[in-house]
This record gives sequence, structure tokens and C-alpha cells, in this order.
Amino acid sequence: MNALTPPQYARTYRYDEIDREFLQERIAEFRGQVERRLAGELTEDEFKPLRLMNGLYLQLHAYMLRVAIPYGLLNSAQLRQLGKIARRWDRGFGHFTTRQNIQFNWTKLEDVPAMLEALAEVDMHAIQTSGNCIRNTTTDEYAGASPDEVVDPRVYAEILRQWSTLHPEFTWLPRKFKIAITGAPHDRVAAQVHDVGVLAKRNERGEVGFEVHAGGGLGRTPIIARKLRDWVPEAEFLAYMEAVLRVYNALGQRDNIYKARIKILVRDLGDEFTQMVEREYERMPRDKYRLDPEIVAAIAAHFAPPPFAALDDQPLPEDPEFRQWAEASVRAHKKPGYASVTISLKPIGGIPGDASAEQMEAVADLAERHSFGEIRVTHVQNLVLPHVRQEDLHALWQGLRAAGLATPNIGLISDIIACPGMDYCALATARSIPIAQRISERFASLDRQHDIGECFINISGCINACGHHHVAHIGILGVDKRGEEVYQITLGGSATNDAAIGELIGPAFSYDAVVDAVETLITTYIAHRAAGERFIDTYRRIGVMPFKDALYAPA
Amino acid sequence: MSTKAKARPATAPVVFTANRLRDGRVVWFGAEGTWRDRIDGTTPFAPAAAEEGLALAQQGERDQQVVGVYAVEVDPAGPTPLKFRERLRVQGPSVAAEAA
Repeated sequence: MNALTPPQYARTYRYDEIDREFLQERIAEFRGQVERRLAGELTEDEFKPLRLMNGLYLQLHAYMLRVAIPYGLLNSAQLRQLGKIARRWDRGFGHFTTRQNIQFNWTKLEDVPAMLEALAEVDMHAIQTSGNCIRNTTTDEYAGASPDEVVDPRVYAEILRQWSTLHPEFTWLPRKFKIAITGAPHDRVAAQVHDVGVLAKRNERGEVGFEVHAGGGLGRTPIIARKLRDWVPEAEFLAYMEAVLRVYNALGQRDNIYKARIKILVRDLGDEFTQMVEREYERMPRDKYRLDPEIVAAIAAHFAPPPFAALDDQPLPEDPEFRQWAEASVRAHKKPGYASVTISLKPIGGIPGDASAEQMEAVADLAERHSFGEIRVTHVQNLVLPHVRQEDLHALWQGLRAAGLATPNIGLISDIIACPGMDYCALATARSIPIAQRISERFASLDRQHDIGECFINISGCINACGHHHVAHIGILGVDKRGEEVYQITLGGSATNDAAIGELIGPAFSYDAVVDAVETLITTYIAHRAAGERFIDTYRRIGVMPFKDALYAPA
Repeated sequence: MSTKAKARPATAPVVFTANRLRDGRVVWFGAEGTWRDRIDGTTPFAPAAAEEGLALAQQGERDQQVVGVYAVEVDPAGPTPLKFRERLRVQGPSVAAEAA
């Protein structure tokens, strides 16, 4: 097996020769466009839409290439190739995003065609990672492994990928469009704050169907999605999705970028939106859109379980440091004797979501050795090895520790989501990453983190909310105030089944004061918490006032 | 052409910034009339000369050297941008060894 050969059992999407041929044609086309741009034959106004259609942004300090990772699935050959790209054409790092993608922050325009060639070698690309089209569908990082899974969402995420890739009707939507799908009753994909959130489930006869929510979103106007349908039969899935997109495409407010997302349309039309989707759905030629069970079965076969061994659950070794890591990072698997492992990309004082080329290669090696060559990217900016033998966990931990990837903080206060913020992003109004770094340093003590318990801090560097601050237990939004950074704090958000938008607590804090403010919130929670309560539980019980008083009371 | 270039009239001395076309790196333009990698040592345009400076800087876009020209108000000592965003543009990301 060479470095580009996918591991035998890794379950990811499959390209055929038509896909590969298309990618080569697309790269050749873009190579020509780059050459014409560099030669002065295309102006920036002419070139910008072309580069954006190939995932290339111009950011604060350099070009940034955003690479699609379909529903967050990678095989080891792909991750190794991303590491190679980081080393050869970036500065040795990649940044995993809240959309389960990866970004390279120091791209040179003249290098991009070669980078795209390298991606194509492992069936990857950067198409539809920008622009007003259907973006990468995201899904549960524990798909195919989680004990609570009812339907494997990868099958339908792949169907959505095939349907939405280069869909001619939906290439120029009013605004970008993001879909999340889960197949477990516990929502791990933030479905209710996506343009469309899909919950795959089964009826009493065991048939697959979909609960469809639409009109969720964060950004300037955060809104929880509206449920459109409790049940869409499997065969009608694409027809119904097409109907939703058609209504949005026809009526989305194209003349105002701040009102162009589907959430505004759904909010303004309310039940009428649902009725319009139903009318569109009824008049569509449904046979044309029917999902053939044979096609579903063929795609499902790509996601068949890897050859699990018949094992029994194992007791964990006594090593206390290992146990501390395992407690945070190891999750139950549906097969006895196996576990899923979340790899923290949040070392204390580190950049959330960043991985070095060496770390990507180390994880690729460990995935081959311990997880059938499969890796997942989470929307919380971590990685997952989905299928690890419990008897291998100690060896895996040692391998991760050697690569600087064994921080045992999953789900704890230092497991922070942070967008790139003003350190990289041209849209940002404040920095995010150094706030995350300082908070994780302030709460570096693992004993203290465990005492605090589950607490999600999300940080965005502007109102576009790529850092999902609205749905954090403690959300931090950086804004510009007369040329300097200040930070607003929201409390009580949630991205899961009890999705909620956090409440703005009061006036913003300076860059220097915001970490102290977080500390005050935590000490207030600890002072008020009842036995077993998480931060969010205490907040919901006692409300905002004790936190507000602690933050703003005169000294 | 950058829409930022048509921002409000300058009330402080200005230099101009953009991204270099070929590699995207931040570059600076002062009264010397050339695009430079560093802001240090560039000579700001007086507020009254900002429009004239803009016209000179935008020639860099027409020549396909740079992208996204816009004016940055500065303290002439240095010069140093008055706003944090552009100070960050001068120093690079504040967060990592990779930024060096």
C-alpha cells in the first residue's frame, strides 16, 4: 500500500472514474484561470467569483484554501495527504473548522493548482466550500459507532453530497446553505441551528424516515429551526429536500445580504413556509426524485461495518494518568470490546482546531493501527477515531501523548470552539484564538476542570458567529468598539436537543478583562450549584441575575 | 477595485495597504510610490493628499500587482496604524509560532 492508497476497511465516500475525471477537468480549468489572473488577463472582479467557487478566500494576511471534508469523514491516506499539503504549501499547520472542514491559512495563489492536484490524488477538493450554494453536509462524528444510533446518517449524508454537488438549480442560491443530519436521538450535530437539520429515524415497522427542520441559524439573527415535517419517507427524501430548496431559492431575499438566509424567510412566513414546501412537494414529479432502495443499499454497502472481532468489554489499565485521559476521551461503542476515542485539538494554551503536519501524520498512523484507518472531524474542532479495540486504548494513548494529542479535556471548560477571528479572518472584528488560549491557561488545572464539569465556551470574532457563540453555555462575541476589541458575553445557549440561543448578559468586556469575567461566571456557578448540576443546569435554575450581579456589581 | 478604497475622507495621515496578488501577503504603500513588505519607513500621505495617494496606490491594482487597496490612518511615528485591525495586519497573527 502506498501513501495514497486508502486503507482497506475505511468507510468513506467512493469516487468513480467520472468523479475523478471531472475533478481533473476542474483543476485544469482553475489552473488556467490562475495563470490568466497572474498574467493580468483577468481582473480581481472577474477572478474573485472563480476562486471562491474553488474554495480560495483572500483573508487578512494571505489567501486561505478551505478544503471540503464530506460529513467530516477521512481515511488515513487523506489525512496524511492533508499533512503533506500543510508542510509543503502552508506553514506546517491546518485548521479544522466548525463545519468539519480544514483550512490552510498561508496559501499562495500560484500554488493552489498544485494543492488541488494533491487533494484530487486522495479524492478531495475545495468545491462548494464558499459561495451561495449547498455547503458540506455535516453529521455525527460517532456515526456507525455510537450505541444510541438508530440510522447510520453517513448513508444519507452521502446521498445529500451526491445530490447537492454541482446541482445546477442550487448553484446560485440567495445565500449559502448548510445542512446537518443525525441518526441518533441525541443531537450531536447542532441540527436546530442549521438551514436544514435532519433527524433520521425509524418507524414502528423499522422503515427509515426523516424529521426535517428548517430555518435555523446563528449569525446576526440567531434562530432555532422550525420543524417542517415529522416524517418524510426514505424514498421521498430528496424530493422533499428539493422542495425546501426550491421555495427558498424562489423567495429568499436576494437584495439584502443580512436577510438572505432561509432563517429569515421561515421566520417571516411561519406556517405559510411549511405549506409552500408541501405544495411544491405535491406537484413535483416524484418518480423522478424517488430514492431507489437499490441505490440506498449500494451506498449503505460503502458504510458497512468494518470487520469487528468478537470481543468482550475490557477493564481499563490502572495507570492513573491514562485513566484521566480515558475518562474524558473514550466513549462507549455499539460493539462489545470496542470504543470511540475523541482526540483533543485543544492543548492548554493552544489554538483550537489546529493540527501540525506531524500530528496529522501521527493520527493517520494511529488510525491505521487502531481504527480501521478511519478518522472523523467534529464540529467542535476535534478528531475522532471511531472504532478502537478497548485492549488497544493504552497503546493508542501513548501514541497520542507522543504526538502532543492526549490533552484529557473533552467536554470540559478548555474544550473551546473558536473561529479564526481577526488573527486570520478578513471579516472578523476581534480576535478569538488568544481569548481561547488565555481561558484554557486560566483553567489549566485538570482537577479544577473536572470540578467545574461539562461547560461549553464558544468564541466568535464577529457577528457571523462561525464560533457558534450563541449556542454555548458561555458564549463570547468579539466586536469592534472605536477600533479596539471588546467582548460581549451570552449565557445559557445550547446546541443539542434542548437548543437555545444564549442571552446577552450586559455591557462588553475589554480584551484584558474578559478572562476574569469568565472566571467570575464560573465561581458564581460553583457558589450556587446543587449536587450534580452542570453550569447550564444551574443557569437555568437560578437565571441570569446572580451572574449579572457578580459581573457588574460595584466593587 | 476595493470598495474600501472609497471610505470616508481621511482625518489623519494615511498609508495604503493591500494583499500582493501572487502570494496574498500584506503590503504597504506610502509617498515613496512603491509597494513594500513592511510599513516601517513608509512616508504617510497628509490627509489632504490622501485622494492623490489612493490614485497612485490603485495603479498597483491596475498593474495586477496587488488586490484590495484601502487607506489606513496612521500615527506618523513608525508609522503605526490607529486601528487595532491594521496593527494586526502589520505584525501578523498574534497567536502562534507559525505566524512568525
